[in-house]
Amino acid sequence: MIVGAILVGVLGGAIAGLLGVGGGVVFVPGMVLFLGLDQHHAVATSLLAIIPVAILGTFRQDRYGNVERRDAVRLGALSVGGAAAGVALANALPGSTLRDLFAAFMVFVAVRLVRDTRRS
Amino acid sequence: MIGTLAGLFSGLFGVGGGTVMVPLLVLWLAYDERPATGTSLAAIIAIASFAAAIQALYGNVKVVDGLLVGIPGMAGVMAGTWLQQRVPSHAIAYLFALVLVATAVELVLQ
Repeated sequence: MIVGAILVGVLGGAIAGLLGVGGGVVFVPGMVLFLGLDQHHAVATSLLAIIPVAILGTFRQDRYGNVERRDAVRLGALSVGGAAAGVALANALPGSTLRDLFAAFMVFVAVRLVRDTRRS
Repeated sequence: MIGTLAGLFSGLFGVGGGTVMVPLLVLWLAYDERPATGTSLAAIIAIASFAAAIQALYGNVKVVDGLLVGIPGMAGVMAGTWLQQRVPSHAIAYLFALVLVATAVELVLQ
């Protein structure tokens, strides 16, 4: 269980660092498949796991001058309403629907990743 | 607009919202790819914190599991950015896309 959690964390973080996708797309299915969390708990817990990863990533990017601080603060502040609505929606949906939507989201990320890679 | 959309995705799926933010910053605000990634990461700190706090009010956050995944995640990011300079990321992107689709199928069939 602990080993599984650490593996999910290291893998998700490595993918985030390598490909620039968020860790969440790894954390959520990892928590469902390896830690036995249900979809609602996984979605909520993944958010907590993302915070330290994003803090470290931001420090590193900031050193290269890649962080527009004013825009970042603005985006963060403007996200409050959306985040509240998203959480309410997630908790209103049955677990199986949330899981299917998440699977669709994963396919969307996969398609975007392939398209961006082919373009570059 | 971008912030609200990113928040919605983040709250609904438990992700950071970068998947939505990075392309929109590039398309709508004429950002380059690297500053878009860096700025989106900084915004994710706030977005994930808000969304996690609201989820905690619903009692859905497993704090121990979250820390057990998130703290090793920091080591993973260091390893990932280090590797990025040394391995062809094209191959990894295709492999990961394949893993994503396979995992999506596994989730739905489970």
